[in-house]
Amino acid sequence: MKILVCISNVPDTTTKITFTDNNTKFNKTGVQFIINPYDELALTRALEITEKLGGTVTTVTVGLIDAEPSIRKALAIGANDSVRINADPIDAFFVAEQIAEFAKSENFDLILTGREGIDYNSGQVCGLLGEFLNITSVNIISKIEMEEGIATMERDIDGGKEKLSCKFPFVASAQKELAEPRIPNMRGIMAARTKPLKVIEASNSLNTSETIGFELPAAKGGVKLISVEETAKLIDLLHNEAKII
Amino acid sequence: MAFCHLQNTTMTEASIDFFRSNKPDLYNHPDFYLMDELLTDEHKLIRQSVRDWVKKELSPIIEDVAQKAIFPMHIIKGLADIGAFGPQLPAEYGCGGLDYISYGIIMQELERCDSGVRSTASVQGSLVMYPIYKFASEAQKRKYLPKLAKGELMGCFGLTEPNHGSNPAGMTTNFRDAGDGKNVILNGAKMWISNSPFADIAVVWAKNEAGKIKGIVVERGMEGFTTPETHNKWSLRTSATGELVFNDVKVPIENIFPDVEGLKGPLTCLNSARYGISWGALGAAMDCYDTALRYAKERQQFGRPIAGFQLQQKKLAEMITEITKAQLLVWRLGILMNEGRATPAQISMAKRNNVALALDVAREARQILGGMGITGEYPIMRHMMNLESVVTYEGTHDIHLLILGMEITGENAFM
Repeated sequence: MKILVCISNVPDTTTKITFTDNNTKFNKTGVQFIINPYDELALTRALEITEKLGGTVTTVTVGLIDAEPSIRKALAIGANDSVRINADPIDAFFVAEQIAEFAKSENFDLILTGREGIDYNSGQVCGLLGEFLNITSVNIISKIEMEEGIATMERDIDGGKEKLSCKFPFVASAQKELAEPRIPNMRGIMAARTKPLKVIEASNSLNTSETIGFELPAAKGGVKLISVEETAKLIDLLHNEAKII
Repeated sequence: MAFCHLQNTTMTEASIDFFRSNKPDLYNHPDFYLMDELLTDEHKLIRQSVRDWVKKELSPIIEDVAQKAIFPMHIIKGLADIGAFGPQLPAEYGCGGLDYISYGIIMQELERCDSGVRSTASVQGSLVMYPIYKFASEAQKRKYLPKLAKGELMGCFGLTEPNHGSNPAGMTTNFRDAGDGKNVILNGAKMWISNSPFADIAVVWAKNEAGKIKGIVVERGMEGFTTPETHNKWSLRTSATGELVFNDVKVPIENIFPDVEGLKGPLTCLNSARYGISWGALGAAMDCYDTALRYAKERQQFGRPIAGFQLQQKKLAEMITEITKAQLLVWRLGILMNEGRATPAQISMAKRNNVALALDVAREARQILGGMGITGEYPIMRHMMNLESVVTYEGTHDIHLLILGMEITGENAFM
């Protein structure tokens, strides 16, 4: 079993978001970066699978050198080796294109991604990888079990669950329930020092999109308290001020 | 159930259930002088991993553990996994092979949660594993260290006696030749011993027939060796404390450390432990500050957050100033430890300063929280009570002052 897990380096969830360069770039100053939480679930499940059935887990990250602490953490959690594609991850298309270029000659049985990055939330890498590699893609799985050459999965659908099976190779994206994240232990951290972290240069991209600007949501306004007797006033405010009815 | 005050407790017994609080642990360390830039990525990964473990496994139960005053045996494996036991000792003996900054960071993250848990780890790593690594025979190292690192064996350290605390050289615990060419006979008693009620082995300092202090490893189960627990502590309630009583205990001669004699032995171990305490106590201070700052921003009086009042700002500003100075102190001391250049007096300065500042910060933080600071809803009062032990053990506040005084004047003011 040869598994590839795609790891994004994203700002911690408690980060205060600001922008620079006339609101066209995210301001990284003082920001703590972490492994994208959905990717961490994918990594954990990949490790559980290889611990049971044998095999290797490789991680791949499209990122600059500042992504390496997150990659070392992935190695400390238990990945066998890592690849960093040395480029700024511009958008989902670019990231998927770069990962596909690396993965196409590596014959992975399974590629796992998170369902989305918690930074830009595009949720497209899984589908795009399927397209670029010409393999099946299964989005947002909450369970995966592997047997000889075939996987059974569960995915959340509106109001219920869908069970499906898929032959290798394929790509799937991880949802919350897929695994319980692991905290790296000291042995893992020590082992991560000597595990291979290969850096490769990005390939030419067909990417055509460019960010024009970012905008933060409007600050939350104050709370208005209306007494239960004043239903007419409440309806008036919902209608004319909040404009939601 | 594994209550630590029961004799013959083993590591494999099921642990008692503690109440798990749902209250989120929001701790984040203050870093006013951007000290993180002085740490490596590995230091930061170690810190985050220990913090994640503490928030997941320790914070939810710590208040209940402290209120019940029962050592949570089930955390031993987790402590071993995160590297709390001897992380600074070489990997060839199953230890971490990490540097002294990493060791300090681990102690800080543990004590940020509770000094009792940090004490358990300090004793194991610095007072049991360190002397075995430093002074024991190769066979003893191979026998004990890997198991101690994994928490499969737990240890304690016996130096202080009922009548000899700050003056360990006056100890009366002693051993004599058993006359069989294989054993010695150990007699005496040690007091205030962390981990003693459940420890599998004890590193004991005792005088030989020539009156010289030697280190000797005593194992649980040796006839005449008992470890009664000390009850009713108002401090370090999450760690087990007890005595070591030796009544004609027959100990094999090979259990005596061959390479050390005199107070140098125990004092070397204490240097390592005191170094860890200087980081640890600072962790308790940082937790009190972090708690008080958050509370002051949220607590409203007179129509606005109390953080906006000058007297509260004075407390908080002085706390972060002292914490920042202490952070610089331990970081530099860590570098000196890594280079093997740290002196006992430098370690005394850091231990003495950081524990005293932690007590001051805890008391000021308690004031900011008003009545809520008294309750177990917040960690401050527990930290404050814990620190009363920390300011006393491993060299009291006053003794460290005398060590410093002797270093700078060349005059001995101990006697």
